[in-house]
Amino acid sequence: MQQIKSRAVPVRMENIDTDQIIPARFLKATSREGFGKNLFRDWRYENDDENSPKADFPLNDPRWSGTILVAGKNFGCGSSREHAAWAIKDAGFEVVVSSFFADIFRNNALNNFLLPVQVSEKFLQQIFEAVDADPSTELSVDLPAQMITITTTGVSESFDINPYKKTCLINGYDDIDYLINMMPEIESFEADRAAV
Amino acid sequence: MGKTLFDKIWESHVVKTIEGGPSVLYIDRHFIHEVTSPQAFNGLRKRGMPVFRPQQVVATADHNVPTLNQELPIREELSRKQVDMLVKNCAEFGIELYGLGHPYQGIVHVIGPELGVTQPGMTIVCGDSHTSTHGAFGTIAFGIGTSEVEMVLTTQCLLQSRPKLMRINVDGQLNPGVLSKDIILYIISLLSASGATGYFVEYAGSAIRSLSMEGRMTICNMSIEMGARGGLIAPDETTFDYMKGRQFAPAGEAWEKALAHWRTLHTDDDAVFDLEININAADIEPMVTYGTNPGMGIGVSKNIPAQASLPENERGNFAKALQYMGLKDGQPIKGQAVDYVFIGSCTNSRIEDLRLVADFVRGKQKADNVEVWIVPGSKQVEQAARAEGLDQIFEAAGFMLRQPGCSACLGMNEDKIPAGKYCISTSNRNFEGRQGPNARTLLASPLTAAVAAVTGHVGDVREFI
Repeated sequence: MQQIKSRAVPVRMENIDTDQIIPARFLKATSREGFGKNLFRDWRYENDDENSPKADFPLNDPRWSGTILVAGKNFGCGSSREHAAWAIKDAGFEVVVSSFFADIFRNNALNNFLLPVQVSEKFLQQIFEAVDADPSTELSVDLPAQMITITTTGVSESFDINPYKKTCLINGYDDIDYLINMMPEIESFEADRAAV
Repeated sequence: MGKTLFDKIWESHVVKTIEGGPSVLYIDRHFIHEVTSPQAFNGLRKRGMPVFRPQQVVATADHNVPTLNQELPIREELSRKQVDMLVKNCAEFGIELYGLGHPYQGIVHVIGPELGVTQPGMTIVCGDSHTSTHGAFGTIAFGIGTSEVEMVLTTQCLLQSRPKLMRINVDGQLNPGVLSKDIILYIISLLSASGATGYFVEYAGSAIRSLSMEGRMTICNMSIEMGARGGLIAPDETTFDYMKGRQFAPAGEAWEKALAHWRTLHTDDDAVFDLEININAADIEPMVTYGTNPGMGIGVSKNIPAQASLPENERGNFAKALQYMGLKDGQPIKGQAVDYVFIGSCTNSRIEDLRLVADFVRGKQKADNVEVWIVPGSKQVEQAARAEGLDQIFEAAGFMLRQPGCSACLGMNEDKIPAGKYCISTSNRNFEGRQGPNARTLLASPLTAAVAAVTGHVGDVREFI
């Protein structure tokens, strides 16, 4: 993962919890695939019916498309279900932009190479205004430079990311590989503790 | 400078700290359940890895299980498959499973403590956000995602950054009728559903010390509902009395050794927190939520806030929540009719909760307009309730005592609240659709739920005592 340039899908709500992202009744699968079709299920369809999409929900609105999801503050709060990150990724998104992410969701996203970009509340509102004014507005996310830009206005903001996680994302490493390589140190840590 | 309880536990579990990055944190206990573990076991198979320390993993089936006729095969096919998968995975990887039919089966955050698997000073994780419950014993306990479940199964470690630390002191005498659930709903209403994000919270003060272990678990359980990574309470004599004699607690010489260690687990007087909050216990009244996140709670005697009294940027989300709930801004919450009463979940399904409810309803009848479900947290809680005759009190009142599981807290099994109906619930989340599509949840304590069960509406328990 390096640079991503795409149109954005704005979901202008705050405190979007993981029960909204993927309701519990869709957590019964035993694989990681296929959750995207139930992303925001109850906000997307009337009476749980896939033939009755709610026209005003952004994912159903033909004006919006792209691989960047933009949402209000405290995104991903609630349940630890990684299915939320899987569903967003499975629906084709590569980046989620918000002014604030819940801790567990942020970790789950990073572990699935879904990039959470935390911006200021002011910049978030600028994104919403820009894409409202022109839905074809593209956002550009530069991970190595840690910079997000609204291409139509040229307004940019830098974002934070843990340097270790940044290296992982850019190079496609995951934490499990790192930990497996540490097994001898983990075993000696256990031996030291047992000796106390 | 002195150390916090959190840092004492954290530092003794750090295997290594990556330069400019997270720490490799060693995990003592790992709980797993059927919903968030299958993909992790698939990952192990793909890499050809065994479970590194199977004796430090405990499994149970809770999220998907029916709460009636558990002795029969699960009717819902996908639920049955997921529970069967857990049985298969545990057998293949050598993990102890307290599955359906086992006398220790129950909600993962109820059985860990009651079996003595949860012990002071430990690091504990589970693929479930309410793992914070175990913090009541003075542990670092937090929820993780499935990729992290895979990491812990494979290496017994996680990569974690040290969170900021907050201490919430609750001092003074609690008012009659005010339970630990009211304390935590009050705290979340002050801090908001995101107010503790990035923090680990230590709860302290005389009102916290006065609580039983079960009361403390209710507090720590809901830490996640204000965004906290977890919550913990220093162990004390109440903790040690609770631990003693539990199935998997240390015994004999090991008990004395453990006790000596546990007595060192407290925050030093001169330790410093990133944020400290002081609360007067006397300010807390029985609480009820009116909105669609746990921060939207008020004292039962109060009115729902007027929309005009809120900052302009909050009004949109507030109006949307009230519209979902079918409530009006400025209206009293007291007197609001309810259709269902759910007493259960990892927040409030333990024996003390059931005793409180039974004491209150003894000799009373449920209101005609409500259905009341009582779902014990574990087989052991269910057994105790029956042994004490609570089942007969519930039955006489017209309540249904069901079998253990997560049940209507998240409506993954058949226990769903119908669309548009109001449920007063002792669980932890009032999110849209949490208890079933378009269900409307009012979070409250077991006593406030019991009042609604017998009156059919939200009432003030203080008027009954």
